Amino acid sequence: MGFIMKSQIIDIDKISTESYLQTVYRRFKRHHLAAFSLIILAVLCGAAVCAPIIAPYDPDAIVGAFSGAPCRQFVLGTDQIGRDVLSRLLYAMRISLLVGVMATLISTVIGVVLGLLAGYFGGVADMIIMRFTDMVMSFPYILLVLVAAAIFKPGLWNIILILGFVDWPGIARLVRGNVLSLRETNFIKGNIVAGMPLRHILFSEILPNTVAPILVYATSVLAISMLDEAALSFLGMGVQPPTASLGNMLNGAQSLTVLTSQPWLWIPPGLMIVILVVAINFVGDALRDALDPNSEKR
Amino acid sequence: MDMEKIPLIQVDRMKKYYPVKGGIVTHTLGYVKAVDGVSFSIMQGEIMGLVGESGSGKSTIGRQLVGLEKPTEGTIYYKGKNLADMGKDEMRNVRTRLQMIFQDSYSSLNPRKHIYEILAQPMLYHKISTKETLEKDILRLLDMVGLQRNVLGRYPHEFSGGQRQRIGIAKALSLKPEFIVCDEPVSALDVSIQAQILNLLKSLRKELNLTLLFVGHGLGAVNYVSDRIAVMYLGQIVEIGDAKEIFNHPVHPYTKALIDAVPVPDPEENGKVRGLLQGDIGSSMDIPSGCRFHTRCAYAGDKCCVEEPKMQEVLVNMGNGHYAACPNIMDK
Repeated sequence: MGFIMKSQIIDIDKISTESYLQTVYRRFKRHHLAAFSLIILAVLCGAAVCAPIIAPYDPDAIVGAFSGAPCRQFVLGTDQIGRDVLSRLLYAMRISLLVGVMATLISTVIGVVLGLLAGYFGGVADMIIMRFTDMVMSFPYILLVLVAAAIFKPGLWNIILILGFVDWPGIARLVRGNVLSLRETNFIKGNIVAGMPLRHILFSEILPNTVAPILVYATSVLAISMLDEAALSFLGMGVQPPTASLGNMLNGAQSLTVLTSQPWLWIPPGLMIVILVVAINFVGDALRDALDPNSEKR
Repeated sequence: MDMEKIPLIQVDRMKKYYPVKGGIVTHTLGYVKAVDGVSFSIMQGEIMGLVGESGSGKSTIGRQLVGLEKPTEGTIYYKGKNLADMGKDEMRNVRTRLQMIFQDSYSSLNPRKHIYEILAQPMLYHKISTKETLEKDILRLLDMVGLQRNVLGRYPHEFSGGQRQRIGIAKALSLKPEFIVCDEPVSALDVSIQAQILNLLKSLRKELNLTLLFVGHGLGAVNYVSDRIAVMYLGQIVEIGDAKEIFNHPVHPYTKALIDAVPVPDPEENGKVRGLLQGDIGSSMDIPSGCRFHTRCAYAGDKCCVEEPKMQEVLVNMGNGHYAACPNIMDK
């Protein structure tokens, strides 16, 4: 109520977008755990991005003794063939985050497009798309991923594509459900009456109203695809050595001797997976609350 | 003067049936006959009121006039041209001429957009404004509907119902329409705000030479704004004519009941016997035989259960275009 409008309308645009983001920010801050998680995530992502600068050694170079325990020179010790674990961990985080983010992007795009089409057009299009979605969903996906990884050579980009193509059904269903209810609202009808084109209605009217749930769902997809990447790499079907990923670092720790007497080989990557996944999930939970338009009208 | 002769909107035997599906193997069980053979016309510059209970099909007619739904049967003429025959380009042009104001003003505005965006996007798309004139045009719109200019940066939830309805009206006006369907625009508002919005619509009509179809379920508000009124019951028009004429000399028993249902703010009238209706409007899936109203009509005779009454001119006041569909008109 209080502010007086300046002569340019542009000013107002800025004021109100800020205030919406401010509301979200304020509500997000209430979740201390999530705020803390976000800081940790930021630090870890920063470290991953800056890996070439901050890593003490070349991750693929043999620089020390075999399976050397942590010491001054190698803070997290060395692995079975004498590579620095800390350097490999930093590079592994890069790979794991890259796989997670890219797979999430791919599945979000596929899910959003299919969900929008199914929900808005209904009828036959909806039937075909949703039955296809059910099919992908009902398939034991780890098997699918293994078969796909066996057919296409396992490798970084193949893993990203495979994970991207199995994780979209949840998003498609979510978007479809939202579109179905939005389609009946008066503002969509008003836009039809106003003769607005389909692309405007789908992408400018409907999509912004489903962004919040998509974003929340995407965080869980991000966590899941990082876990999947770790699982696949652990099984040897994922990112191939010598490239380090959190999963294939764990792969080295399959023997009992390593598990019991050389914990520096598996605790760092294992712990890193746990921290990343838990932090992402906390952030997602808080986002759900912060973005929900019904949790607080003003 | 020629403009006066051709109706702006003409509806000819419009029907809208919705299939009802069900069963273990999905099949059509029957039809909801929401609109069942309705004809009327609206002249340029006129406010036509459309009244009836919930379920009488009045909103369905409104939705079809603005092209949200297509009639199952029958035709809609806009300036003498059949809407269904229009090509894509012509239709896009006509679309902007036929606008709608919704009952629920909250859901008729995108909650994620501020008012400026809501108003500007259609105007830019249809090239009604250019980037240079947009600001001026929008401010003029706000003036027209009585809103302050500082509303532009706010979101729909930050407004009261009356203000939102003004925004809804501005949005409809932004495309420079000739004809606006007002689908119960005041039903969700406080009584004091209702009067403001009704007066606004009336003055806008004069100012912009608009033609309105005013859909409502209370005869009070409809009578206040309308030049002519059509009364609907179960998908059909039962009485149509000049607003004053309908209100003062109703002939159809249903219209009489509707008028009696308008609350009178006068304690002296308390004792007056009012012919209030009992029961519910029937199901539009299973329509009564003969006159559709006979199940609730106080005057219904044997003939009413069998014979479907035709629209006939009411002879009380000849030449006023007052028609009603009741076999007992002549007897009274």
